[in-house]
Amino acid sequence: MKVSFRLNGETRSIESAPLDRLLDVLRRDLGLTAAKEGCGEGECGACSVFLDGVLVCSCLVPMAQVRGRSVETLEALTRPGAPLHPLQRLLIETDGSQCGFCSPGMIMAGVDYMRRLARGEVEDDHEARLRAIAGNICRCTGYTKIVEAIDRAIEEAGP
Amino acid sequence: MTERAMRLVGNRPPQVQARERVTGEAQYVDDLAIPGLWHGVTLRSPIARGRIVEIEPDPDFDWSRVVLVDARDLPGRNVLPLILDDQPVLAEREIRHPFEPVMLIAAPDRALALEARNRLNLRYEAKPIAVEISDALEARVKVFGEDNVFKQIDIAKGDLEAGFAAATIELERDFWTGPQEQLYMEPQGMIAAWEGDQLVLRGSLQCPYYVQAAARAVFGLEPEQVRVIACELGGGFGGKEEYPSLLAVHAALLARKAGRPVKMVYDRAEDMQATTKRHPSQTRIRAGIDAEGRLTALAVDLVLDGGAYCTLSPVVLSRAVLHAGSAYACPNVAVRGRVVATNTPPNGAFRGFGAPQALFAMETMMDLLARAAGLDPLEMRRRNALRAGDETSTGQVLEQAAAADVLERAAEAADFRARRELYDRPQTGSIRRGIGLSLIMHGCGFTGAGESRLKGRLTLDLDARGEQLLVQVRTGSTDMGQGMRTTFKQLAAEILGLELDEVEVAAQDTALVPDSGPTVASRTLMIVGGLVARAARQALTSLGLEEGAGAEALRLALAGRGRLEIEEVHEPPATLFDEDHYRGQAYPSWGYACTICEVEVDMTTFEPRIVDVVTCQDVGRAIHPGIVEGQIQGGIAQGLGYAAFEEVQMHDGAMVNANFNRYIVPTAMDLPPIRVLLHESGQGAGPFGAKGIGEMPVDGAAPAYVSALAQALRTSFRELPVTPEAIAESFLRPRPGKADA
Ligand code: FES
Ligand code: FES
Repeated sequence: MKVSFRLNGETRSIESAPLDRLLDVLRRDLGLTAAKEGCGEGECGACSVFLDGVLVCSCLVPMAQVRGRSVETLEALTRPGAPLHPLQRLLIETDGSQCGFCSPGMIMAGVDYMRRLARGEVEDDHEARLRAIAGNICRCTGYTKIVEAIDRAIEEAGP
Repeated sequence: MTERAMRLVGNRPPQVQARERVTGEAQYVDDLAIPGLWHGVTLRSPIARGRIVEIEPDPDFDWSRVVLVDARDLPGRNVLPLILDDQPVLAEREIRHPFEPVMLIAAPDRALALEARNRLNLRYEAKPIAVEISDALEARVKVFGEDNVFKQIDIAKGDLEAGFAAATIELERDFWTGPQEQLYMEPQGMIAAWEGDQLVLRGSLQCPYYVQAAARAVFGLEPEQVRVIACELGGGFGGKEEYPSLLAVHAALLARKAGRPVKMVYDRAEDMQATTKRHPSQTRIRAGIDAEGRLTALAVDLVLDGGAYCTLSPVVLSRAVLHAGSAYACPNVAVRGRVVATNTPPNGAFRGFGAPQALFAMETMMDLLARAAGLDPLEMRRRNALRAGDETSTGQVLEQAAAADVLERAAEAADFRARRELYDRPQTGSIRRGIGLSLIMHGCGFTGAGESRLKGRLTLDLDARGEQLLVQVRTGSTDMGQGMRTTFKQLAAEILGLELDEVEVAAQDTALVPDSGPTVASRTLMIVGGLVARAARQALTSLGLEEGAGAEALRLALAGRGRLEIEEVHEPPATLFDEDHYRGQAYPSWGYACTICEVEVDMTTFEPRIVDVVTCQDVGRAIHPGIVEGQIQGGIAQGLGYAAFEEVQMHDGAMVNANFNRYIVPTAMDLPPIRVLLHESGQGAGPFGAKGIGEMPVDGAAPAYVSALAQALRTSFRELPVTPEAIAESFLRPRPGKADA
């Protein structure tokens, strides 16, 4: 089947089976490999992307669900020549990325929280910040430095 | 130690590849685009032990579209070489563990390969199995030799019976720990390609030269015919020490038969079921203390479950027995360690490497002894902590021992004594609280004579022939998130007087870098980093320059010859440790760590919550404090997972909860900020006095957590993990043997 959708701001039209996973189409067919496969079951968050602005696990999304919709991946956050997203920069500064395999998904989850915060959709507190990344498993850091990066990114963004 | 003020050592520069990691540009093995690539999968044994009768391919399937490999496709012996050479590359007739690889299938796409696998019917005859340590010791089922013992090690010091005679209190207790899954976030993956008569292997692996050695042995190749490239690594923790050798050989067999590159990437379930885990253990400790609470005698009998094949188990056992006495002085010691064979998948390297099991038992025993003596856990450790000049169980006299320092600093930061007393008072509400501590030491680097055998190598290349001075560090050590590349750049740049971006670390590719020894055992910074420093100093000496000379001076000095290549080899004398009697210097440095954990338990649900973690760790010198803190926080998180969350459920030798849903690892909501105090004694055997820090943080987390839980619930736990179910059970139905007050 032919699937047309918006990908990082551009219209794409590709051939795919209805049950193909969005994660595979991104990684295998479109060469966008920032989203990672850590579990394939919606349990680790490594494959996180935005679908119509909502954070989803792309390993759980069949292409049939993507038709006519808008997908945003981590690649969209880094345009050539433009500065990194503050959360990306702070993850570097805090040493919050060790092996880095969870980082793309973790950043997407953090960005999602910051966007919802900016839209006034969340009651911001420490617990809410932790909950925002609780679906993203990191086996390297113990989360302390990741949470520090998120705290600082929110602080920088201001009220 | 240099007199000069340091410019880069002790700083927190951005890590090499950090930008690529946060933008998603970093290339992990499954991210590589290789034209014409096929995908490989593995047919595995559904039973723990038996005989393969036949493998029937479904006649209705078009087998011309796929490639099949079995043991008959091996060019030589069917053996994956390691310590005992007992593990076949593919099972031929005998099956010895669940998920043992039997056949390999490659196809142009993964779905087709999986479909083909489903069309293979493996017929077998099952045989009786041994899956617990107790089964192995009974030896009714013989998995290995006559007694199922892969290896036994004994340590003896002093006069044990005299020690017990001098004791006023004597206790004997048993302890158990379960398996633990490394759960690196990136599953195992490998791409094999035959380019002419050269085999090129790209993968997620810790030890390129281990993989090269295995592939050479299986295919009968010369070193230069096997090129191994470590891709960006999505975590290892030991899980990618020995296992990638098997995966590499599998992928290479498929690639050879298919005549094209083949990629094998495990899915999460397969990775959890089939690959190595932390060895389960069973430990009996008998200990005596005198009226002052000082250890007079210690007898430890420790058994590890090695699984069906030996892999690295004897080395894991060695570390376990050497850590059995934790960080305490005791004049009379007897340790017996055995690692036994069972019909479970082979267990293997996992951060800590035998030490966490031994230290959980000993630290928990120290709490029990303290309670029997009427001392608090802190005072008990104060009275027994090893000090400079003391002797370990193997008779190694410690030139430096920071046990007491880290203990006091952590206790003060956590306000341990006041809180312990507070929580000792009667608690009645629905939330019960406890605080516990552990004090441990961890040997940095390979055990005993290991380093003398390894002879790790490293090359430093200074090239002034072009416009710019090029300085390159060439090492076979890999960067799995522990920051090797960044730290090595700091070391070379510090000594040569360069900026960080004037030094590069060559790719971890056997065609480019020498064998620095495996990336394991907390040895990378201490041993291989030491070679970086030595090479840099050697370069300066041979150019007649002072430390910190700088780019201009180096260029001028190199003007005549253009290029200077320094090779350094680590060759410590093999005589420091007597492997036959386990006497002497077991490790070049020991690190010391105190970890304090505070918990709350909801008495309605029996859900524990970790509310505070403080640790003080003697790291010698923090070359990059951000990296070091990250290692410590991450290691503690893994240790807390081991203690509180991570239960590998086994049925007939097979893991049955092989997913994130049922094998629970800590999330951000499960952990408080982990507060780290770095103790920089500057007295490690590594560069600038650094010690290895990769593994030590894991060791002390579990006993500290269990100690806190024991206080909160007025009981004790002697088995890991302590799940909420175990807590409820101990409270509602105390079981003799597993929990005692
Ligand atoms: S890969 Fe999608 S959630 Fe783990
Ligand atoms: S940095 Fe390795 S999993 Fe998070």
